[in-house]
Amino acid sequence: MIDGLQEILYTMRRNKLRTALTAFGVFWGIFMLVLLLGAGRGMQNGMERRFMNDMSDTIWVHAGKTSIPYQGLGTERQITLTQEDMRAIERQVPGVRFLSSETPLGAFRQASANIVVGDRSGAFDVIGVADEYFDIKANIDFPGGRKLHLLDAEEQRKVAVIGTTVQESLFPPGLSPLGQDIRINRVTFTVVGVFYDSGREGRMSERIYLPRSAFGQTFGGGERVSVIALRPDPSVDSYALEERVKELLQRRHQVAPEDRQAIRLHNMARQAEHFNQVFAGLNAFLWFVGLGTLTAGIVGVSNIMIITVKERTREIGVRKALGARPSGIVGGLLMESVLITSIAGYTGLVLGVGLLELVSYGLNALNVQLDFFAQPEVDFQLALTALGLLVGVGALAGLAPALKAAAISPVEAMRAD
Amino acid sequence: MIKLDNLHKYYGSGAQRLHVLNGIDLHIREGELVSIMGSSGSGKSTLLNILGLLDRYDEGRYALAGQPMEHLSEKQAAQYRNRMIGFVFQSFNLLPFKNALENVSLPLYYQGMNRRARNEQAKHYLEQVGLVDRMTHMPNELSGGQKQRVAIARALVTRPKVILADEPTGALDSVTTGEVMELLHGIHGQGNTLVIVTHEPEIAAQTQRQITLRDGRIVTASRGEPA
Repeated sequence: MIDGLQEILYTMRRNKLRTALTAFGVFWGIFMLVLLLGAGRGMQNGMERRFMNDMSDTIWVHAGKTSIPYQGLGTERQITLTQEDMRAIERQVPGVRFLSSETPLGAFRQASANIVVGDRSGAFDVIGVADEYFDIKANIDFPGGRKLHLLDAEEQRKVAVIGTTVQESLFPPGLSPLGQDIRINRVTFTVVGVFYDSGREGRMSERIYLPRSAFGQTFGGGERVSVIALRPDPSVDSYALEERVKELLQRRHQVAPEDRQAIRLHNMARQAEHFNQVFAGLNAFLWFVGLGTLTAGIVGVSNIMIITVKERTREIGVRKALGARPSGIVGGLLMESVLITSIAGYTGLVLGVGLLELVSYGLNALNVQLDFFAQPEVDFQLALTALGLLVGVGALAGLAPALKAAAISPVEAMRAD
Repeated sequence: MIKLDNLHKYYGSGAQRLHVLNGIDLHIREGELVSIMGSSGSGKSTLLNILGLLDRYDEGRYALAGQPMEHLSEKQAAQYRNRMIGFVFQSFNLLPFKNALENVSLPLYYQGMNRRARNEQAKHYLEQVGLVDRMTHMPNELSGGQKQRVAIARALVTRPKVILADEPTGALDSVTTGEVMELLHGIHGQGNTLVIVTHEPEIAAQTQRQITLRDGRIVTASRGEPA
């Protein structure tokens, strides 16, 4: 084994430049493959950061005005969702894992309330949320404090969780908002948590969430909810469940089944699916390009090995005459090929990952927030795949030359030159 | 030691088939020093290649040291070559990037012997050919005669049953030819079996028995019983 290795290293040293150039082909192939896939992953991460903070299986239900006359009722009728709708969903649609709602202070999406903390003030969206709301928005970060929980609702506590943007504009740097009082339209609430929600490019962090019970008690609103949110059980078909909820609500509000305006359901699963398809396609393309580059490297190795065999025909013949077995000859050449590709490829892998990490580190250190690029990375499994690929590829590149060598007849070989 | 019965060898096929060996019967005993003569095309090189298991024969029987050499796989042939046959070639065929000691120990490497043991043994045989002081020299630092002596040491190192020499002095001047022949005689004197292929009558004259081939047949076999 050691002797075999020495023989290989010897032949490699004899043709330093040639070996180096060959190795560079494989190095470059793997290097590009890693960079491409890492960059693709970076784009995916960037897009996910922008769009995917809401759990990808959430279904959001909004109400609007009817657009089609139905059962004697005209168009332009405003539909209002209620807590009774939620109870109906709970009762009649099996497979709902979490169910919650949003009720804003004021009109939906222009709901700014005046918030005062000490001598600072600002206008932010204030939204009353039902139980399980933070099971639906399970992905948002809580850099400080806690989420709202059931006890807050049961005891009708006047507590609030605020977005990071709210914190930054109402609290001086260095002062923790936790436990502090804020006045919302002159009513005092205590801050128990701070969250960061990347949704809508961070504008979701301009919100203040209150428990639905205290919200209703303080600001009224009655049974009205403006958005119903739900997540199906993982075992349930999300699209079928969406359809059942839609039918139920249309029946309850006497809305035509084909009316797309009155009751609108937005299933994040559809978006996620679309998103995943786009990135699966992109990934496939990147693999294709990367493997193409790698293939060029492999062909180079194979070529050089064939030349090596040709150069060493006489030597191989002599070795056979002295008792080298065909398997030994084949094994030696395969090992040489695998050695070149693995060393070169491993270097490419390490440098590629290193460069990606450097870019990632640089982006973080300089606090650069690119819209469509974040955290380029290569996962461990990909690295393993690449290593497996290298050994396989090395063997493949050496195979044709090795078989050629094995077929050399000692008599012919020693007659050569 | 070597026994051939009605050996035939053809090259090519169909109408262009060449009958290279046409029924060779030959018996070489242990400890004999035999030369095979013949003009080029007589089949003597083919015969040597078959004896050395470097080429196959088509008909007949070949037994080496009592063992039939039939239907050998590449692997078996390699093993027999390694353990039973030592080769000496006209052009030496030393590996250019290995020093004398490494060249001599190479057949032992193919036996799976460890480095220390094979260097030991290789050194012993280099001593026997008088080149132990040159053992770290590369082949291009050796004269023709020295190269052939290294090659002879390499042929001896596995203690083979038979040593096959193909024009061993073909590339040497008359002085070194004498030295090499002396060495081969010495090896024969130790009880080794040698077969030398040559076209030089002076070389053949130094052997116990001359076998002359013409057109794939043995025409004369002198100084021994008929083959």
